[in-house]
Amino acid sequence: MSANIATMAYIAATILFILSLGGLSNPETSRRGNLYGIVGMTIAVLATALGPRVTAAGIPWIVGSLVVGGSVGLYAARKVQMTQMPELVAIMHSLVGLAACLVGYASYVDTSIAFAGAEKTIHEVEIYIGILIGAVTFSGSVIAFGKLSGKIGGKPLLLPARHWLNLAGLLMVIWFGAKFLQAHDIQAGMMPLMVMTVIALLFGIHMVMAIGGADMPVVVSMLNSYSGWAAAATGFMLSNDLLIVTGALVGSSGAILSYIMCRAMNRNFISVIAGGFGTGGGAAPAAAGEQPAGEVTAISAAETAELLRDSKSVIIVPGYGMAVAQAQHTVYEITKLLREKGVNVRFGIHPVAGRMPGHMNVLLAEAKVPYDIVFEMDELNDDFPDTDVSMVIGANDIVNPAAEDDPTSPIAGMPVLQVWKAKTSIVMKRSMASGYAGVDNPLFYKENNRMLFGDAKKMLDEVLVALKS
Amino acid sequence: MPMTIGVPREIFAGEKRVATVPEVVEKLVKLGFGVCVETGAGAAANFGDDAYQAAGARVAGSAAELMAASDIIFKVRAPTAEEIALMKPGSALVSFIWPAQNPELMQQLAGGRLTVLAMDSVPRISRAQKMDALSSMANIAGYRAVIEAAHHFGRFFTGQITAAGKVPPAKVFVIGAGVAGLAALGTAVGLGAIVRANDTRPEVADQVKSMGAEFVPVDYQEEGSGVGGYAKVMSEGFQKAQLETFAKQAKDVDIIITTALIPGKPAPKLITAEMVRSMRPGSVIVDLAAEQGGNCELTVPGEVVVREGVTIIGYTDLPSRLAKQASTLYSNNLLRLTEELCKTKDGVINVNFDDEVIRGTTVIKEGVVTWPPPPPRLSAAPPQAKPAAAPAVAAKKSGHGHGAGEPASGKSVVILFGVSALLFWLVGAFAPASFLAHFTVFVLACFIGYMVIWNVTPALHTPLMSVTNAISSIIAVGALIQVAPPLSGATEGRPDTLILGLAVAALTLTAVNMFGGFAVTRRMLAMFRK
Repeated sequence: MSANIATMAYIAATILFILSLGGLSNPETSRRGNLYGIVGMTIAVLATALGPRVTAAGIPWIVGSLVVGGSVGLYAARKVQMTQMPELVAIMHSLVGLAACLVGYASYVDTSIAFAGAEKTIHEVEIYIGILIGAVTFSGSVIAFGKLSGKIGGKPLLLPARHWLNLAGLLMVIWFGAKFLQAHDIQAGMMPLMVMTVIALLFGIHMVMAIGGADMPVVVSMLNSYSGWAAAATGFMLSNDLLIVTGALVGSSGAILSYIMCRAMNRNFISVIAGGFGTGGGAAPAAAGEQPAGEVTAISAAETAELLRDSKSVIIVPGYGMAVAQAQHTVYEITKLLREKGVNVRFGIHPVAGRMPGHMNVLLAEAKVPYDIVFEMDELNDDFPDTDVSMVIGANDIVNPAAEDDPTSPIAGMPVLQVWKAKTSIVMKRSMASGYAGVDNPLFYKENNRMLFGDAKKMLDEVLVALKS
Repeated sequence: MPMTIGVPREIFAGEKRVATVPEVVEKLVKLGFGVCVETGAGAAANFGDDAYQAAGARVAGSAAELMAASDIIFKVRAPTAEEIALMKPGSALVSFIWPAQNPELMQQLAGGRLTVLAMDSVPRISRAQKMDALSSMANIAGYRAVIEAAHHFGRFFTGQITAAGKVPPAKVFVIGAGVAGLAALGTAVGLGAIVRANDTRPEVADQVKSMGAEFVPVDYQEEGSGVGGYAKVMSEGFQKAQLETFAKQAKDVDIIITTALIPGKPAPKLITAEMVRSMRPGSVIVDLAAEQGGNCELTVPGEVVVREGVTIIGYTDLPSRLAKQASTLYSNNLLRLTEELCKTKDGVINVNFDDEVIRGTTVIKEGVVTWPPPPPRLSAAPPQAKPAAAPAVAAKKSGHGHGAGEPASGKSVVILFGVSALLFWLVGAFAPASFLAHFTVFVLACFIGYMVIWNVTPALHTPLMSVTNAISSIIAVGALIQVAPPLSGATEGRPDTLILGLAVAALTLTAVNMFGGFAVTRRMLAMFRK
């Protein structure tokens, strides 16, 4: 395959990737979007492997790696539970980051392509930046994976003077960068490169460790963006336009997605990325001082069923608890039953419900809930006053009235689903523990609120049995 | 000069309702009107003269005295010739008239140079719902129909299991799910019966279900919605299929309540003598269309008869049998109409023909017959469901939560432009040409990413991330290039094995991501369904 044909194939692949992202913005076209992505990737890989820059000697290696890696990937994709999607996506980001690092090192030690003057400098800067982003993506994603899968605690780890630490890291990276550029041969350059990699890895760890659980969806999306930038940097390094374009596409779309989510949470984009919760440690103790007081009213599964049966309109607000308990199928059974009885059941999804953007939509889709009864927060938040029962399943922060009423609350200003405005709200929870954000919830003490304690799946099963009888 | 509203006693035999209740008298007085009530007008509906007086009305001793003192007459039933003779020339009358069925009455009214507003002619548009006396009366009739049926039916409505044995629930079949039909089925459901309903208009099926009843469709394709939310006359083929459906139901149910009316036409005969015969002895039929001839062939208007062991109730005065309730709702309808007629609240009515509702309601204006009015502009039911769906989708798009179109504040735009200008200058000043080509591509791609993503549905965030993640395995291309490049010239010192190892490792890692990412996205998207 000649170089020109390879270039044409690259253009085709680029267009397919753009179509793929475009297709994914709408449920109707999303499946075709994914197909475009697959075709684009196939074209890109084939055009490169058969193109002028790969000799026949490499083909066995390529086929081997693709088969090994591919089967691992397919196996993981098949085995993963829908509730574990966030973890899977996070760990996959880390692979891209690591690959970017490896490609960067390989490119550096490769002496077959010689540059001189400004071109050499630029090439080396590209390598440096590529490895930097790759390393941050890698370690950050690994930590994100740990947090999402519960292997690492969800609370933000706030080192003293962490912003200074980050700044110091950045300065060191720049200083070693300068040394790296001054190095005359590869051996001399290797040292600063290694040190920078270690700093970048530490920075990635620190960055994600400092981010509170409620902000995890934004982080996953940010890391997604980083993996794109890593690819783009690699493209600069290797003078490959396809890599640049695709990397930039992924990078900018990830960044926009994170930004959209921050807006949905009314959170400052910079402060989320800088880590920690809001402006620092001061907020949490202040909130602790004002514990909402009052009695909580517990309710049994049978009484819940009674309430649901007697209502005309129900809004279900799912949260991470539903994902953990794998309760989405039971939720749908209940929904089906109620809808057959003429109850208007709808789902209210908060933009950051769950541990990943759109997490709840995926789970509900898995349970075959038709997507036209699933609504965004903005679409039905005004309907709560006309709703008989709002049922909160394993959600906490996204239904916390303190976000609206209490300006000192760490989540103040975040838009929440106003479940308390329904005639009765039922909160399903395992205990009175606070949510991922570590903030107590005054909703539980409201007069029209009932608590249904227990594992969401078990409780909902009981409700379903009671409804059927 | 404020006008006086006169409320005479209804003289129609058996009519217990009164056009205005004391509560409404108070509100009419507040609108600036004087109110005069004939003595004993509200007695049958349990409103005494003293209650009217307490509310601010004057009590007149006789109909003649009342009519002479009144500029506006509020009535329930259409007036008789004698009553019309008593009315002042030029005065206004608000009442049920049924102009289509009563041409002679219309002549007499026109002869008296009256202005007549017919409560049965209020246009069926949303704005006029508060004055729609037909609906409020139909609601009462529907309720009362079930109560009458229960009274004549020898069993419980609800199923019970008692120590003395098991009682099956009664089965009720309601024909016509208009206001009366819906009220009837709601009441019957409330009493515990198994309720089914049929209507020629398919769009009411959901309303029937929402009341807790079952919709029995007729297996025949024809749209039955006429103008103004009423039913229309159906084709012969449909009628045949309909009768078959009803015959089947007649054999099964205990109680049939018929409410099928087509405006201005005799009621359709839906229950044949044959069907009545097929019903179980002790069954009950309530024919709410009795006044228009009845939906059942054997109905005797105004009476309860037993035919073939089936009680057929043909009362034409069901709302009157709930006189207090009916009077209250009817007088509220009149009050709302009065408010429309007297927007200035100075006790003078203005029959404004520019107002669609008033135009439709007025059948005679100052002795000139203005009935029938021009057809209403809007039908209550959309002709087809499709046009309604399209704006909903559009609304959803524009109402998308992120305010995508919202312009950024001026200050941040300036900063953004400043920073980018500086960056671009730096790049332009120092970078070599080969870099600039790549840079162009890079910047443009960033913008495409931004444009493409900005309007994504939040529901698809996860699949989108998953697919962008899969696409980011494009880095495989970088690894591919390094696996075995065509080497030329200065190759000494190139650590071939190391590079190959790194590249193969990178390729394997990205392959995991590539295949896994697309596969998992596919799995997720396959689940999204409508």
